[in-house]
Amino acid sequence: MKRKDDFNQRRAHLANLSDEQLKARFWELADKLTEPMMKMGYEYTTPAIERSVLLRMGFSSLEAKEIVDGCIENNLIAHGAGNVIYRLAKANNKEIREIGVQLSEGKLWNEAVMQFKGGTK
Amino acid sequence: MSEYRLPPDKNIDVEEILKDLESYRPRRRGWTWRKPVKNLKMGPFTYKDATEPLKSSVPLPPAHYFGDIDPQPQPVITTEISSGRFEDDIRRMRMAAHHGADHIMVIRTAGQSHFDGLIEGSPQGMGGVPITRKQVRAQRKALDMIEDEVGRPINYHSYVSGVAGPDIAVMFAEEGVNGVHQDPQYNVIYRNINMVRSFVDACESKKLIAWAGMAQIDGAHNANATAREAWKVMPELMVQHAINSIFSAKVGIDKQNICLSTVPPTATPAPCVHMDLPYAVALRDFFSDYRMRAQMNTKYIEASTREATVTHVLNMFISKLTSADIQSTITPDEGRNVPWHIYNIEACDTAKQTLIGLDGLMDLVELKKDGCLHENARELKERAVLFMEEMIELGGYFNSVEEGFFVDSGMYPERNGDGIVRKADAGIGAGTLFKRESDYMAPVTAHYGYNNVAQYDKNAVNDPASLIGGCTLEKPEKIIYIDELDQEDNARNRMDAVAEFRPGFSNKIRPEMEWLADGVVMLTMFFPTEKRIAQAAALEFARKMNLTEVEVINCEIMHPTEGTRIEVKGKIPFELDIDKLVLPKEPEIMSDDEIRAEIERKPLRAVCGTVGNDEHSVGLREIIDIKHGGIEKYGIEVIYLGTSVPPEKLVNAAVEMKADAILSSTVISHDDIHYKNIARINQIATEMGIRDKVIFCAGGTQVTPELARKNGADEGFGRGTKGVHVATFMVKRRRELEGK
Repeated sequence: MKRKDDFNQRRAHLANLSDEQLKARFWELADKLTEPMMKMGYEYTTPAIERSVLLRMGFSSLEAKEIVDGCIENNLIAHGAGNVIYRLAKANNKEIREIGVQLSEGKLWNEAVMQFKGGTK
Repeated sequence: MSEYRLPPDKNIDVEEILKDLESYRPRRRGWTWRKPVKNLKMGPFTYKDATEPLKSSVPLPPAHYFGDIDPQPQPVITTEISSGRFEDDIRRMRMAAHHGADHIMVIRTAGQSHFDGLIEGSPQGMGGVPITRKQVRAQRKALDMIEDEVGRPINYHSYVSGVAGPDIAVMFAEEGVNGVHQDPQYNVIYRNINMVRSFVDACESKKLIAWAGMAQIDGAHNANATAREAWKVMPELMVQHAINSIFSAKVGIDKQNICLSTVPPTATPAPCVHMDLPYAVALRDFFSDYRMRAQMNTKYIEASTREATVTHVLNMFISKLTSADIQSTITPDEGRNVPWHIYNIEACDTAKQTLIGLDGLMDLVELKKDGCLHENARELKERAVLFMEEMIELGGYFNSVEEGFFVDSGMYPERNGDGIVRKADAGIGAGTLFKRESDYMAPVTAHYGYNNVAQYDKNAVNDPASLIGGCTLEKPEKIIYIDELDQEDNARNRMDAVAEFRPGFSNKIRPEMEWLADGVVMLTMFFPTEKRIAQAAALEFARKMNLTEVEVINCEIMHPTEGTRIEVKGKIPFELDIDKLVLPKEPEIMSDDEIRAEIERKPLRAVCGTVGNDEHSVGLREIIDIKHGGIEKYGIEVIYLGTSVPPEKLVNAAVEMKADAILSSTVISHDDIHYKNIARINQIATEMGIRDKVIFCAGGTQVTPELARKNGADEGFGRGTKGVHVATFMVKRRRELEGK
């Protein structure tokens, strides 16, 4: 877009605002502009977010990458990579770390898929 | 844990730092501000805006006139240290801390933004350091010791951006990193990372930043550095600051830890203060709840260190007239093609010197509330509001970026159609967003967004990590530490390659500018000729001096034909053995009581003056005045003849007053005048027949003892001399004369 500076016409509706009112307007707009990002952040996840969850669960960066890749491949990522491990560990009565390491080695994925068939528990 | 502590008189032992890293735990989390001390008294002065002094530091050069005081200004002072080899940077961090830096920022290696995950180990970086757990641990561990030594907490800082932001944020929270750059707009505009992904990732990163109490700095200053006419992006800068600030606050970061990276948008030869100050005022009005990180204008800096320093000072003048919570220090390293240790230190000193020099400024002046300062600030604010109004008309942030709304060279609302365009469904990481299912769950602390923990345990809703008995943030022993992945490219191999130069453990030495024993030196030359010839000549001279890899790093025209100033760098292809160096012996010092006893036994009278056409009296007054701890305090009788005393007059006075000693001082050293004066005094005293009866001491900043003696003085006293040195010498010399 190309446009000449039309500040003087464009500002007409701001001209009578006090400095305080202008500041309030600025923050009201900033708040409005960031609403969609807050909502998307709440509703979505990404490979990096899931890796960061796995790091916090006590997996190495290398293991976290393998597990998240496996989750994407097996269509499980939307349940949460940590959830996949947690549910498998509970079902098998095993340690979180043990299950995660096995997943990172390409094992247990069929069972993982089975655990999440049929929607929310 | 290692028992290693920093010995004050020894080099830091990087080998010790690298030991037992797998069991290292950070001693604290979160950011630390300096502690203000109202009306701090140091030496003869009272400071209005200073903070708690350091336990150990290197003061500014003139501080020795005032008992080596080293007052510390209010803002946290940043230095960026990233040579590509973190092991070498550790030594540089110790130096910077001693010069007043308490915010050490590590720039990431080129390309880390696009690395999908954590980098591990200690590979060498380019234009920065690969940020890894090992590197962060080693540097944080070193900074723990350095902060104990200087007596002030040091904030350690790097970047949470790129496609692995949340991974890095976790690692930083675990490892006690204190400050970060985090701004999704930076990913979008400068790193072409998918914009939706960037914001979604940023929610998680910011949640972790909030949990760890880190200070966060935004990325808006980059718009200033990118735009062709940097001052025209002022309205946009305010919008970028606003988006990241409010977004961060909504995720949960304390507003007092959210810092705007604000830059005075222009630099000389523009009338920059007149242009930059209204902007600084507008920002501080709108962002009164947030913190200011005063970044310096780097847009127009090239290779002149002098020019960079003046820009830095002008920028800090704005900081002082408005406010700054963190003051950055930027050196022209990029323009000079290597990170130079010395310029980091110089820039820290520039900040300290300027801010302390301007201490209490706002007690003396105030900013006008009307006139062009207010009008221009108001106009910028209105332009920023209009910018956001149009963004909303266009359908919000993402649509505006698609329309190329950002980094347009027109001052909004003017548009030149040259903004950066990014598409919401393109860029690195596009197509990697996944909508969370209703049973989505993550059993960890500091996780943002929808998290169905209740499906497993209703009592765990407020503490999801309790499902797994605590995550790494509560139980750091769960962290999996990876030492190295690359057996070739690592710190061990790099350190082994230069082991023979290990500081403090080896007798071999070679100059260093960036990395240990790199051999890099810098030379300054002047040629009475035009630029092209001067550059070619400088390179050839440097090669003939046996330097290798010679490059011109700065070239300044004195006159298009009369002369050019050239700075070159090159490498010295040899080393020296420290044990074979001849060190001048340390000056002898007798105790105060011993000297006094000698003067009581027999009075000593000295005639003193600054000789020749030299009006510099400060140094000599230091040596003689009782109030500076000079020789008067021992009871020595001083006859001070003043400045610009002819040598004849000095010797005549010695004869008339029956003086035991002549003390001459010369600061001016042009054409060796200082040594010529020494020789002249010696000659006159000899001709008048008193030379063998009188003690003759010659001083001055450029005087070396050997050359002073060679020219006929009994002793020479150079830079750093104190009264006690001169008094000790005179007493000893008199004993010798008495013994004759």
